[in-house]
Amino acid sequence: MTITPGRVRFALALALVLLLEALCRFGTINRFAMIPPGEILWDLGKILAGRTMWPAIAKTLTNVAVACASAIIVGVVLGTLIHRWRALRETLDPLFAAYYAIPVYAFYPLFIVIFGLGDMPQVLIGFMLGLVAVIVNTLNGLDRVPRALMKTARIHRLGPVDAALQISLPFAAPYIFTGVKLAVAYSFIGVIGAELIMSRTGLGYEIGFAYNNFDNAVMYPLIVLVLAIAASVNTAFFMWEKRLLARRRR
Amino acid sequence: MRALRAAVLIACILAGWQLLFWWAGESALTSPRDTFAYTLELLGSPTFYPHLAETGQAFAVALAIAISCGMLIGFSLGLYRFAGEVGEPVLVALYSIPKITLYPIVLLAFGIGMPAKIAFGALHGIVPIAIFALGAVRNLNPVYAKAARVMRMPPAQIASHVLLPAAIPELFTGIRIGFSLTLIGTLLGEMFASQRGLGHLLMQAIGLHNVRVIMALTLLLVVIAVTASALLLTVDRRLRGRATGTV
Repeated sequence: MTITPGRVRFALALALVLLLEALCRFGTINRFAMIPPGEILWDLGKILAGRTMWPAIAKTLTNVAVACASAIIVGVVLGTLIHRWRALRETLDPLFAAYYAIPVYAFYPLFIVIFGLGDMPQVLIGFMLGLVAVIVNTLNGLDRVPRALMKTARIHRLGPVDAALQISLPFAAPYIFTGVKLAVAYSFIGVIGAELIMSRTGLGYEIGFAYNNFDNAVMYPLIVLVLAIAASVNTAFFMWEKRLLARRRR
Repeated sequence: MRALRAAVLIACILAGWQLLFWWAGESALTSPRDTFAYTLELLGSPTFYPHLAETGQAFAVALAIAISCGMLIGFSLGLYRFAGEVGEPVLVALYSIPKITLYPIVLLAFGIGMPAKIAFGALHGIVPIAIFALGAVRNLNPVYAKAARVMRMPPAQIASHVLLPAAIPELFTGIRIGFSLTLIGTLLGEMFASQRGLGHLLMQAIGLHNVRVIMALTLLLVVIAVTASALLLTVDRRLRGRATGTV
């Protein structure tokens, strides 16, 4: 068996989990602080087998999906529009550069006041976190469309919408995909973070609720579940991107 | 020209804010003028100052930890190729998970108060700084490291005398991004795990539905974050310009 980075990574992760298991079992880590990883998995199985947690899971995933999809669609459309107007773009550039320094959660209270404590504030936070990443990467991709391609579009008398849909956006797809990946990660972060701060349902809410009740048998499995879902969705997009890039290179 | 554009942008944002105020009404948000006035009032009041100082202190310590640990991780993974291949996907995965779900664990480990806030801030900042440091070290011209090895410099000295100066522009970009994320992390930490600080005030204001305080704090945080980020961006561009010899 050869030593590959992937195998070493797996071995290290396994060693870490076993170490945690041992520390918990021998009481070095207090049971009130953490329960052993084996037990977390067992509890997670029990939670998933029961019915009580599924509505919260569905709620969170739906909100993440809505936030992410709208960030991607609005981001690509806005990016394409902004790319056409030079003055607008130069005016907005400083905003884009400073955008991710703004603590978006600071707006969450405001959204609750405006929209009430429904799904809207959480979705909006996820949307806002993802939007600018998509816009910036769309602009970056559209900057790289070769002039010859745009000339071809003009020769074929394509209107601006057709030219964007058939030529410039497909060309910029790999760059836009970078934005899409960030939007996926950011909408998870935004929605679940907002749920933790204040909400009525969702995985983030359930984690906070379990924490406040010292209910480690629910809290740890849910944390693991959130991390597992986020990590696998992100990895899936990463693999998809790799496949797309490989096809393009042929 | 750039100042003019910034002025136009700020004017547009203020106009949008005012329109939103007219549309949504006083129970939802306060007008730009009232908000600025109240923010100044807050800044002048003696009860507010300790909160600001508390947040600043927590943030400074968290940033120091994030930078030193992030650099250490990035450098060690960048210097050893195999370690980098093992570690980089882990860092990228850590960057994209919602770290906010880890706050109960941080609280259980550190208790409520200053250490938990600092840990939460540092937790957000370490990963991007490490990722950029890793990239910076890996993209260095290999001749530098070879020359240093030929001169039999010890590894610590290679890092401090050769790699660090050469990698500074890239490292600084990491620090700039780490700066923003550490600030967000510290504030989030305060929202959950604290009896003092701006995050705590914000959480308290949500509970009391105190729109004036919410708006003033939001404005203050945005102004601080944007100013700091603009300054760091200017330094960043200058460093990069110097590295490519255009300034």
